Amino acid sequence: MAEFTTAGSTRRHPAWSVLVAWDTVVIVGVVLVAVIGSATIDGVADPRFWRFVTLDVIPIALIALPMTLIVITGEIDLSVASVLGLSATVMGKLYEAGVTALPVLIAVCLLLGAVLGALNGIFITVFGLPSLAVTIGTLALYRGLSFVVLGDKAVADYPIAWTSGMIRAIHGLTIPWFILVVAGLAVAFCVLVYLTPIGRGLYAMGNSVDAATFAGINVARTKFWLFVVSGTVAALAGVFWTLRFASARADNGSGLELSVVAAVLLGGVSIFGGRGGPIGVLAAVVLLGVLNNALQLAYVPANTLTIVTGALLIASVVGPNLVAIARQRWRRRRRPGAPPPAAATAPPPAAVAAAPPVAGG
Amino acid sequence: MSATTAAPATSAVQRLFVVRELGIGLALVLLVVVTTLVNPRFLSAQNVKDLLLGATILAIMAVGQAVVIITRNVDLSVGSVLGLTTFATGTTFLHHPGLPIAAVFVIGVALGALCGAVNGALIASVRVPALVVTLGTLYMFRGFDYTWAASSQINAADMPPAFLRLGSGAVFGVPVLALVAVVVVVAAGAYLRTYASGRELYAVGSNPDAARLSGIPVGRRVFWAFVTSGALAGLAGVLYAARFGTVDANAGLGSELNVVAAAVVGGVAIFGGSGSVYGAVLGAVLLTVIGAALPVLGVSPFWEKAAVGLLILSAIGLDRALAARLAGRLTVRRARG
Amino acid sequence: MRIGTKRLRTVALAGLAALALATSACASDTTTTPTPSGSAGSGTIKAGLKVTFLPKQVNNPYFNTSDNGGKAAVAEFKGVYSETGPSDASASAQVSYINTLSQQHTDVIAISADDKDAVCPALNEARQAGAKVVTYDADTNPSCRDLFINQATTDGIAKNQIKLISAAVGPDGGKIAILSATANATNQNAWIAAMKTELAKPENSKLQLVDTVYGNDDDQTSFQQAQALLAKYPDLKGIISPTTVGVAAAARYLSGSTYKGKVALTGLGTPNQMRAYIKDGTVKSFALWNPADLGYLAAYAGAALASGLITGKTGDTFTAGKLGKFTVGDGATVLLGDPFTFDASNIDQFQF
Repeated sequence: MAEFTTAGSTRRHPAWSVLVAWDTVVIVGVVLVAVIGSATIDGVADPRFWRFVTLDVIPIALIALPMTLIVITGEIDLSVASVLGLSATVMGKLYEAGVTALPVLIAVCLLLGAVLGALNGIFITVFGLPSLAVTIGTLALYRGLSFVVLGDKAVADYPIAWTSGMIRAIHGLTIPWFILVVAGLAVAFCVLVYLTPIGRGLYAMGNSVDAATFAGINVARTKFWLFVVSGTVAALAGVFWTLRFASARADNGSGLELSVVAAVLLGGVSIFGGRGGPIGVLAAVVLLGVLNNALQLAYVPANTLTIVTGALLIASVVGPNLVAIARQRWRRRRRPGAPPPAAATAPPPAAVAAAPPVAGG
Repeated sequence: MSATTAAPATSAVQRLFVVRELGIGLALVLLVVVTTLVNPRFLSAQNVKDLLLGATILAIMAVGQAVVIITRNVDLSVGSVLGLTTFATGTTFLHHPGLPIAAVFVIGVALGALCGAVNGALIASVRVPALVVTLGTLYMFRGFDYTWAASSQINAADMPPAFLRLGSGAVFGVPVLALVAVVVVVAAGAYLRTYASGRELYAVGSNPDAARLSGIPVGRRVFWAFVTSGALAGLAGVLYAARFGTVDANAGLGSELNVVAAAVVGGVAIFGGSGSVYGAVLGAVLLTVIGAALPVLGVSPFWEKAAVGLLILSAIGLDRALAARLAGRLTVRRARG
Repeated sequence: MRIGTKRLRTVALAGLAALALATSACASDTTTTPTPSGSAGSGTIKAGLKVTFLPKQVNNPYFNTSDNGGKAAVAEFKGVYSETGPSDASASAQVSYINTLSQQHTDVIAISADDKDAVCPALNEARQAGAKVVTYDADTNPSCRDLFINQATTDGIAKNQIKLISAAVGPDGGKIAILSATANATNQNAWIAAMKTELAKPENSKLQLVDTVYGNDDDQTSFQQAQALLAKYPDLKGIISPTTVGVAAAARYLSGSTYKGKVALTGLGTPNQMRAYIKDGTVKSFALWNPADLGYLAAYAGAALASGLITGKTGDTFTAGKLGKFTVGDGATVLLGDPFTFDASNIDQFQF
């Protein structure tokens, strides 16, 4: 990852206050888009719209939760969509082979996801390889294995009970029941991040690995388990995906990792680690889903949507950075004798930590 | 590696480079030998020409990517830049058929450089992480490409035959496109090795803060690294149009991961500071040969992606192992004084 | 460029259908009058129908042509046309667009499906919301659409392809191979099976099919597969590639190789892509259908459904503007016409 220090090192402000600021912005954004959309675009106020939005964002929200934690610790997992695909194809293959008990299929998929995540974890924590490169490799490997498992075929003859059951609405509403699963996971992750020492430890790991180690956190073990969780959740998303679309194919979820990363970044999580949280990310997931669907409904062409997504992503990081640089300059002007900004104070720990790895490249 | 390491360490580092690239070269040779044993026609003049042609575009983009990765960044927008410049090439020929081919090359490279400059400016001046910026520009450039192209398609018949001959022609049996790639990689390799600003890229990648403190204009170096990557992707786009003839807005879709894979497999460490463009080109050739060898070996092409993934993982594992050994040797040497 | 073979088959089947309809229309009216259950499309199409085309992938020149054909038809019957769809040809992305269309209360959805099953639940939901669903080029599961506009029959395509390769290879015959799209594309496999039946006939005894390889509708893969075929069978005399991506890639390979002129090539290709190779002699002839006609027919069929003129039952007839009258066949399928053969004499007349 680029080592340019930015205001990402949150020394002047406690981490949580910066969090709240950006989270609020995103949540306000969602509300604004929803309100303006309902007023101006025909169909946004309709419950069916929200049902479709929910169905679309469920896999992204699922995967974004552990991804948030991983990015907070300064790592990244780009293999999630391939885990989703492999889990979908394995489910399809097993079903084809005669395994028709749904709990068994789900259990096998979750276990597979955990194993795939563990593999990532081993490469990253035991062998010390950079997570970007490792997960690019496993992205290709796992997706390739999906093609080996199922080739070009699609397994699509699942029982109606399963497929319609997966997307059935909560009694009395139009929102699918699966959102409760997502909500439950979201609550669990939020509690973990905001209220437990483990959560604080994640931020510490993201800011400075050495400081975290000295504070007694087992960095390697924590990261390992984060990747295992990421793989398991991605596999769960694979099960949802397969049954929602009633089709298991090797290219299921292809490219989804970019949507997840976009949502995580838009949600205020710094790619350097140490900043951001699940609330902002979930809001960002919803924002992107609502925006996409609402603009589609408003007959905005797909090409424009692509440009808007890209622009939003860039704005989501350029914005806070510009604000931080402006703030630094303003602060420096106010106190002429003040020490130079973050850049000079961050290097010593980074340089010390970087010296052996420098040779490692 | 920074230029301040002692002479024995420098030669050790250089030896590391050579070993790493030799490793790829060896893997390549092994693969070719095995495939030729299975089917001798794999090494026929026609097939070799095809392999070289197939690797060229990937190789040129991998050189640009290597330059960026050496500075501890990544450029995910190269696929979209290729699509944009390929379509620009086709459209230019369509609407201005009298334009000399050299002019179209300049236009393509300039457009690519412009895209790279956008990336570089955002990353260097506003200090935004490259992963995010290039992810955003991946979407934006592709969106512009789609909007501009609006589903139209440029066909081989719309382009001057001389241009298309570039795409499939050969000089003494070596495809013209491959020669272009050779020129590019030799130029890039020479620049990185002999010019101070080239060597400084390695310093920037090894330790940006130390580089900045020692007076290297990090922002400027990074900016030009991205301009280079964009320009080379632009060049690749022009050559793509020459090779394929028929282009539409989807050219290059999804190719960025292959380009990064080629660089990583070729020994360019994702954490910056080491690797060479020669390795990146070897990585590109290896990936292409795998794609061509699998059908000949009778292996289902479905294994190709998995094979690429395994290659990437072995490559970075090998890099780490070699680097650890080197670090150990350096530390021992330093301790000995 | 990804031009699905399913699309071509649809065009071909629809073409044959039109032919079948035309011949049935010319036949005497005692035996071939529609049964009472089939309604003759004698009413007029409602004005202001919202017709949306949802191809496998936008930014695809092939679909651009077919959808523009639909656009022309919609203008003729004074409907409201729009085209939308995913940038990548993925099933899940199409579902999102279908959901949007059903919320927009579209009257007719003309869709070329990326995956025949994944889009079904969404399509059925759209039909419940009042939309009529017409598939063109690539069909879905029959249970979730009202009509399928098909290009031509499997046999028609197979006969055409064997005839073309036989003419190109010459009277001495020899080894031929097939470069297909994906291994499980239903249309491809149906055509290949029909071609094998055709090859078994005594007049084709000199042709010997040695291999079938798959290019996955990907340009690079198809190119490499063509390469591999010639490496494996140096005495190969001909290649059939019934997919526009495959035939263009194979032509490009042959044209730049030592096999140009020695190995015959035919298949289903688009005139624009193949023009250069016809002119330089790599390919003598190839076939396809007019995708614009396919889109045109799909629009009219959908409009007829939405206006209540037909219900999609076997025997229903309707008029599709300048293409004439069509009858719905078994399986709620409408056939367009016969495959059309392109060669040096007519290649310049077409622009798609």
